[in-house]
Amino acid sequence: MGTSFLAFFEQLAESSWSIELHESQYAYSIIESVHVWTLCVFFGTVAMVDLRLLGWIMPGVPVSEFARRVLPWTIAGFVVMVITGTLLVYAIPVRTYQSIFFRGKMLLLVLAGLNMWLFHARVYPKVAAWDVDHVPPRAARIAGAISLTLWCCIVFSGRMIAYNWFDCDRQPQPAIVNFLASCVPTE
Amino acid sequence: MDPLPFFQWCYNTPVGEAIRNSNWLFAIIEAFHLVGLGLTGGAVLIVNLRLLGVGLRKQPPAQLWAATQPWLIGSVILMIASGTPLFLSEAIKCLYSFAFWVKMTSLFLVLLFTFTFLRRVVQMDLASDRPQLGRVTAIISLVLWFGVAWGGRWIGFS
Repeated sequence: MGTSFLAFFEQLAESSWSIELHESQYAYSIIESVHVWTLCVFFGTVAMVDLRLLGWIMPGVPVSEFARRVLPWTIAGFVVMVITGTLLVYAIPVRTYQSIFFRGKMLLLVLAGLNMWLFHARVYPKVAAWDVDHVPPRAARIAGAISLTLWCCIVFSGRMIAYNWFDCDRQPQPAIVNFLASCVPTE
Repeated sequence: MDPLPFFQWCYNTPVGEAIRNSNWLFAIIEAFHLVGLGLTGGAVLIVNLRLLGVGLRKQPPAQLWAATQPWLIGSVILMIASGTPLFLSEAIKCLYSFAFWVKMTSLFLVLLFTFTFLRRVVQMDLASDRPQLGRVTAIISLVLWFGVAWGGRWIGFS
């Protein structure tokens, strides 16, 4: 399983588009910049919605109003994040696949998605009952707090992918790092 | 006045030196800087999108401005508190970086614009009075904020 994933990313790395993107003078920098700037739209609007769920901001604005007017911007930001993020992985496939920060980030993304899904399936359907409450019920506050924490951690781990502290080609690494990054020992 | 001695002094501060000598500090501080960027973006967008006539458009701009202002100020303080040590660690590079000066100029202008002009515009009855004023204000503010973000990102490429 692990090796077939590695083979897939190795194959990506050999494609001419990946090499061109990797070696490009401006394209990579621009894609990376768009990824960072879009934080303002994506993370910024997520944070505002989460803060509203916590009851810390704009208590006078109904939660459903936030969902209707602000979340479309969040989704648009997320689409840009995914497109630019995928291109960044595509430009440096093997190293990114073996980065413990990238792996941590993907895991946190799944958890953030799960949290969002639980909120929309279990908590949000009853929003009419607490739409105008200045402080939403406990379940909504917890979902907001988890979301805000996870997205902060995702920003952190995303930033750390750029650093090569734990790269497979920098040995010796602690056994736990080699295990988590599924480094293939070269002898 | 020659700015070089001041930038050299910044570069040689213990904080600057500690960050340069550490493998981790720059990265960790920068991650906080990025969280601050996102929060600033959120607070700025809520008000400016409203001035453009989208987003939370049922609420009066004055209400959104009042509600987001503490978060805007808080996140800008987080940006400055994390950005200053980053600057100290590479002050001399910044002195010769075009992007750094674009960023600092835009930051000064956008803060000035926000806390003098924009804060008055959000109090006006834009819908009936001056439909264009809100839009122009938002565009100027967003362009200036983008200057800050562009410069910030581009310092890293120089």
